[in-house]
Amino acid sequence: MGPLQFIATSARFVLRGGKAYWLWVGFLVALIVWGVLAYIDQFNSGLIVTNMRDQVSWAFYIGNFTFLVGVAAAAVVLVIPAYIYHWGPIKEVALLGEILAISAIVMCLLFVVVDMGRPDRFWHLIPVIGHMNFPSSVLAWDVVVLNIYLVLNLVIVTHILYRGMQGRSYNQRLVVPLVLFSIPAAVGIHTVTAFIYAGLPGRPYWNASILAPRFLCSAFCSGPAVMLVLFQILQRTTNIAIKDAAIWKVAELMAYAMFINLFLLGAEIFKEYYSATEHLIHFQYLFTGIHGHHALVPYAWAFVCCGISAFLLFLFPATRRNVVTLNLGCLLIYASVYIEKGMGLVMPAFTPDTLGEIYEYTPTLHELRIGAGIFSTGFLVFTVLCRIAIPILTGQFAAVHAHAGRDSLRGRLTTAPTPHQPSAAGGRHL
Amino acid sequence: MPDPRTDAITCGDTEDDAKVDPVTLSRRDFLTAVGMAAAGFLAGCSPEVREAYLQKHFLELSPPEVEARLGRLHADYAKRFGTQVQVSALPAQPGVVFGYALDLSRCIGCRRCVYACVKENNQSRNPQIQWIRVLEMEKKKGIDFEAANPYYNPEQVPDPEHFYLPVACQQCRTPQCTRVCPVGATWQEPDGIVVIDYDWCIGCRCCMSACPYGARHFNWGEPEVPAAELNPNMHVLGNRPRPRGVVEKCTFCIQRVRAGRYPACVEICPVGARKFGNLLDPESEIARILREKRVFVLKAELKTEPKFYYFYGI
Ligand code: SF4
Ligand code: SF4
Repeated sequence: MGPLQFIATSARFVLRGGKAYWLWVGFLVALIVWGVLAYIDQFNSGLIVTNMRDQVSWAFYIGNFTFLVGVAAAAVVLVIPAYIYHWGPIKEVALLGEILAISAIVMCLLFVVVDMGRPDRFWHLIPVIGHMNFPSSVLAWDVVVLNIYLVLNLVIVTHILYRGMQGRSYNQRLVVPLVLFSIPAAVGIHTVTAFIYAGLPGRPYWNASILAPRFLCSAFCSGPAVMLVLFQILQRTTNIAIKDAAIWKVAELMAYAMFINLFLLGAEIFKEYYSATEHLIHFQYLFTGIHGHHALVPYAWAFVCCGISAFLLFLFPATRRNVVTLNLGCLLIYASVYIEKGMGLVMPAFTPDTLGEIYEYTPTLHELRIGAGIFSTGFLVFTVLCRIAIPILTGQFAAVHAHAGRDSLRGRLTTAPTPHQPSAAGGRHL
Repeated sequence: MPDPRTDAITCGDTEDDAKVDPVTLSRRDFLTAVGMAAAGFLAGCSPEVREAYLQKHFLELSPPEVEARLGRLHADYAKRFGTQVQVSALPAQPGVVFGYALDLSRCIGCRRCVYACVKENNQSRNPQIQWIRVLEMEKKKGIDFEAANPYYNPEQVPDPEHFYLPVACQQCRTPQCTRVCPVGATWQEPDGIVVIDYDWCIGCRCCMSACPYGARHFNWGEPEVPAAELNPNMHVLGNRPRPRGVVEKCTFCIQRVRAGRYPACVEICPVGARKFGNLLDPESEIARILREKRVFVLKAELKTEPKFYYFYGI
C-alpha cells in the first residue's frame, strides 16, 4: 500500500457514515464557516474588532490557547497509568490520546495565529528563514516545542494507522520510544507555556513559581476529562475493550490532580491575602471585584465551586463508578479548568494594568465566532482521525483483510478484539 | 461485523512500491508543489508587495539594502500623503548613551508633552495612540499606581491635592520587552534607545505583557495621520507612519536626538520639567542632575534599570 492508497482508504473511511455523523460534520463545518467569515473581517480591519486594547492586550484567544495546551499535554500523559496498571488496550489509549493531542495542538496554533497582529509575517517565526530570538524568548521556545510535539504525535498516529491498514502491527522499535518521549514532551509544552507568563516580573499575578505546577495539575484534570467521555462512547458503540476499572482509575487520579490544583490555588490565595501587598489587587479583581468592576467574579466562583464538586464526585468510589455522576464530574472539571486557565488566568493579570488603569474586557461577537470556528476545526480534526482509527483499532479492518485471504497471520492487529460487554454493539458506527 | 464496503480496499505492498520509494517521491513532489505554489503566488503580486513581504530583519540589511528600504518608504509615503518626506536611518553615535530626567516638583500636568509627542511622532489620531501617559497622583499617597488617575481634567491643573507623573518608555538598560520578543523585532541600540522594526514585528504583543510601564502601544486598527499634520522629518526606527498590527513606543525622538536636537517633549514643556542629554558626557545637563540631585526610577525593584529618572528639583 502506497501513501496515495493510504490517503484514499482514509478518505473512504471518512466519507462513510450515517445521518448522525453527517449532521455532526455539517454542524461543525457551518460553525467553521461562521468563524472564517468573522476572521476575514478581523483580517481586513485589524484586531480592533476584538475588545482587546493596550490595557488588556491579551485576552480570549490567548486564554483558549493556554487551556488547549493543557488538553494537548494531558491527553498523552494518560499513557503512564495505562502502562502501570496494565489496562491491556494500551495502544487504544495511546492512539486516542495522541489523536486528541493533535486536535488540541491544531487549535492552539490557530489561536496563536488569530491573535497575531501580522499573521502575514508568520514566517518570521520559522527558524533559519525567519529570525528566532533564541534562547531568551520563551514564546520562541514554545513555538518550537509545540511544533515538535505536533510532529511527534502525527508521526506516531500516521504510522500506527498506516501499518494498521496494511494489516500489520506497528513497529515497536519506532513507536514505543516515540510514545515514551511524547510524555516528557507533553510536560514540556505545558511548562514552557507557563513560563511565558511566569517569567514576567511586570505582571505580579503571573510572576509566581507556583504557576507551572498549577498549569500541570489543572491540565491533568481537563485532558483526561475529555478522554473519559470518549472512552465511554467507544465502550458502548464499538468493541474496543476498555475496562470500567480503567475509567474509574483515571477518575480517581483526576481527583488527586484536582485536589493539588485547588491546594496550590489556596496557597497562592493565602499568600496574597495575608501579605496584602500591592499585588493583591489582581486576586481581588478576580474574586470580589474592585472599584465597581465585577465582570469576572461570577466566573471565579464558578470555577472554584465546579472544581470542588468535581473533586468530591471523583473522590468517592460510589460516585465515580456511577455513569451519571462520573460524567457530571467530567463536565464540572472541564468547565472549572476552562474558566481558570482561560479568562481567569489572562484577564486579572491585566486588570488593573501596570500603571493602575482598569479596563474591563469582555469578548466581542467576532472573538466568540472565531473561537467557535477554531474549536469546531479541532473537533472536525478529531472526528476525522477517529473515523479512520476506530475501524483499525476494533479489528474490523483486519478482519476484512484476513477474510480476503492475504497476509493472514501478520494481518491481525496485536490486540485482538475481546469485547467484555456482551452487547452486540461492536459493529455499530459512532 | 466485517463491513462489505471495506472489501474494495487493497492492502499490502504492491510491486510498484517495492521498486520506487513512494514516501520520498511523494514528499519531494509535495514540497515542490508547495514551493511552486508559494513562488507562483508571490510572482503574481506586484514587485512592491513582493518586496514588502519578503524583506529581511533590519539588522541583517546591508547598507545598499537599507538605502533600498528607505527609497521604498519615501515612495510609499509620498504616494499616501502627497508630500515629500525624509526618512533617515542615521545610526547611533559612538560615545553617546541618552538619558532623561523629569522634575516632579515642576510638572503641572498640562499634557502639552503628550500632544507635542503625538504630532512629532506621527501617532495615530484615530484610533488614538499616545506614548506619554500623565498620571494624577494623590500627594498624601505618594507614587501609588493603584490610586492614579490618567483621565483627570487638564483644565483644572495643577490641583493642590495632587501631583503629576508623566510616564513613557523608560528606555530600560535591561529591558523586559526585548527579551521576550520571539522574533527579535525590538532591541536596544548602542546609544541605549530601545527601538522596534515595524517591518519585522509580528504583532504578538509579548512585549506589551512584559513591559512594566505600559509604554508599548499596539495598532489595533489602521492608524490615521492627517496628511496636513504629518511630520515629514522621520527615522526608519522611529516616527515614520506605522502599519496596522504592530507595536510602537517612545524612542526619545530618535529622529531628533541623533541629529543633535532635543526631544519634542523637552522643547514644549512650559515649566522646564524635562531634561535630556548624553549620560556619558560629564558636561551635559543630565550628567549634572545625576551628580547633584537625588534621583529615583519607577519600579526599581524590577531591576529594569531605566535611563529615565525622576527627581524633585525644588
Ligand atoms: S519601559 Fe517598557 S518598552 Fe521601554 S524599554 Fe522598558 S520594558 Fe521596554
Ligand atoms: S509585538 Fe512585535 S515587538 Fe512586541 S514581542 Fe511581538 S513581535 Fe516583538
